[in-house]
Amino acid sequence: MARIKEMLPALALITALIATWWGAVIATHSMIFPTPWAVITGTFELLENGTLWRHIGASLLRVGLGFGLAVCVAVPLGLWMGWVAGAYRTLNPIFQILRPISPIAWIPIAILWFGVGDASPIYLIFISSVFPMVVQTTVGVHTIEKRYLRAAENFGVSRRTLFRQVVIPAVLPQVIVGMRIGLGVAWLVVVAAEMIALHSGLGYMIMDSRNAGNRYDLVIAGMIIIGLIGLSLDTTMRILEGTKWARWRYAH
Amino acid sequence: MRTKIEVRDLKKSFASDKGPLAVVDNVSLTVQEGEFVALVGPSGCGKSTLMSMIAGFLQPDAGSVVIDETLRTRPDSKGILISQQGSVFPWLTVRENLMFGLNGHAPSDKRTVAERYADIVGLKGFEDSYPHELSGGMLKRTELARALAVKPDILYMDEPFSALDALMSLRLRNELLQILAKERHTTLLITHDVEEAIHLADRIVVLSPRPTRVQTIFPVPFGHPRKVAGREAQELRVRILSELGVDREEIG
Repeated sequence: MARIKEMLPALALITALIATWWGAVIATHSMIFPTPWAVITGTFELLENGTLWRHIGASLLRVGLGFGLAVCVAVPLGLWMGWVAGAYRTLNPIFQILRPISPIAWIPIAILWFGVGDASPIYLIFISSVFPMVVQTTVGVHTIEKRYLRAAENFGVSRRTLFRQVVIPAVLPQVIVGMRIGLGVAWLVVVAAEMIALHSGLGYMIMDSRNAGNRYDLVIAGMIIIGLIGLSLDTTMRILEGTKWARWRYAH
Repeated sequence: MRTKIEVRDLKKSFASDKGPLAVVDNVSLTVQEGEFVALVGPSGCGKSTLMSMIAGFLQPDAGSVVIDETLRTRPDSKGILISQQGSVFPWLTVRENLMFGLNGHAPSDKRTVAERYADIVGLKGFEDSYPHELSGGMLKRTELARALAVKPDILYMDEPFSALDALMSLRLRNELLQILAKERHTTLLITHDVEEAIHLADRIVVLSPRPTRVQTIFPVPFGHPRKVAGREAQELRVRILSELGVDREEIG
């Protein structure tokens, strides 16, 4: 009950925005911009002929592969860079230069290297999500409190124990933060990549709806679905933050 | 009795904006096996630096630390440091913390040892708790049990109880004495609390302000259990405090 009360202002605002949108479309007699109702019927149309599921599946698969690959590379690399000062000094400058380059700027090169198939967007997702995760993991290692490393040194544990019981658990909350950022970026990038070079996915669906007869009802439906899926991806990552591997950090 | 720790002419200075800052100046000290020695000095005098060098975490500029007739160059599990801020791993349960330093035990033995020491310090029933679920006193107990579990020859305690309230500090002091009566560890305690030193130690070393030197050594000729409020103990307290530069009138 308290939760519903807390959400009330947000729900009221959303309702007000939809009402304004609806009123504005009617008042301006727009032939192109759809009413909220048209967006809903458009969504059902996509659901019934199955294209929506196909596009969602295609986008999620690309994100899953690109992001998964990025996690596999970023976490070990970040641990290594965090632990070995020489690795950090060598690699960090390059990463700091590559990191601010918008993933969109990579699109021509991605097409040149990987063509217009699935490999291009997967590469773009990889490149855009790998950097934040490397950076977060490295920061995680660098910010392990000295007293814990000192205790490990004091007990004279093996390297294996040091990593398994001190370094990795100490860094995990930061890794999860990095994953949350990385997945957010990946979801932004997949839509952009699909708009340019592909024939499936939510990004393609939006561009195709516009090109094939100004179906702006489907464009807006696609945007809302992208937003909702992005939200649920982020919620999943936040659940990860609440697990016992990360909870110790936030519980005080 | 056998000599356990021999500190010879230790010197240490740190770089500062105004050139080298001498922190420890020619400290020599001998600790017998099984002896409890308290180091008392004004705050900021370099007590912790001295302790870090004796425990092997910090290399002296000059002088040496000899333990069991061997030159000490780095920390090991024969001497465990317990510091004021504590170093119980927040991502491990109490049991996992207690098992942490037990190298070379079979897993089932580790569990048994961990449970025994949890019992000794009064943590029975909390083995599966995480540190953030424990009170400050219980955290200290965990830290103490983790140290005792590896059966160290020497306990280095750097203001271990100063973050606790007076009552909890007194309780833990009594428990420490009970444990030490059974398992005789050589103990080196840093404290600014003269009463705590009188309560626990066999000898009290008064250190001078920075750069610190051994100013005076007081034997504590009372058996355990001790009455810190007794007349003789109070007289000793006044003598130590005046050695630390506190006037008789101020003590009251």
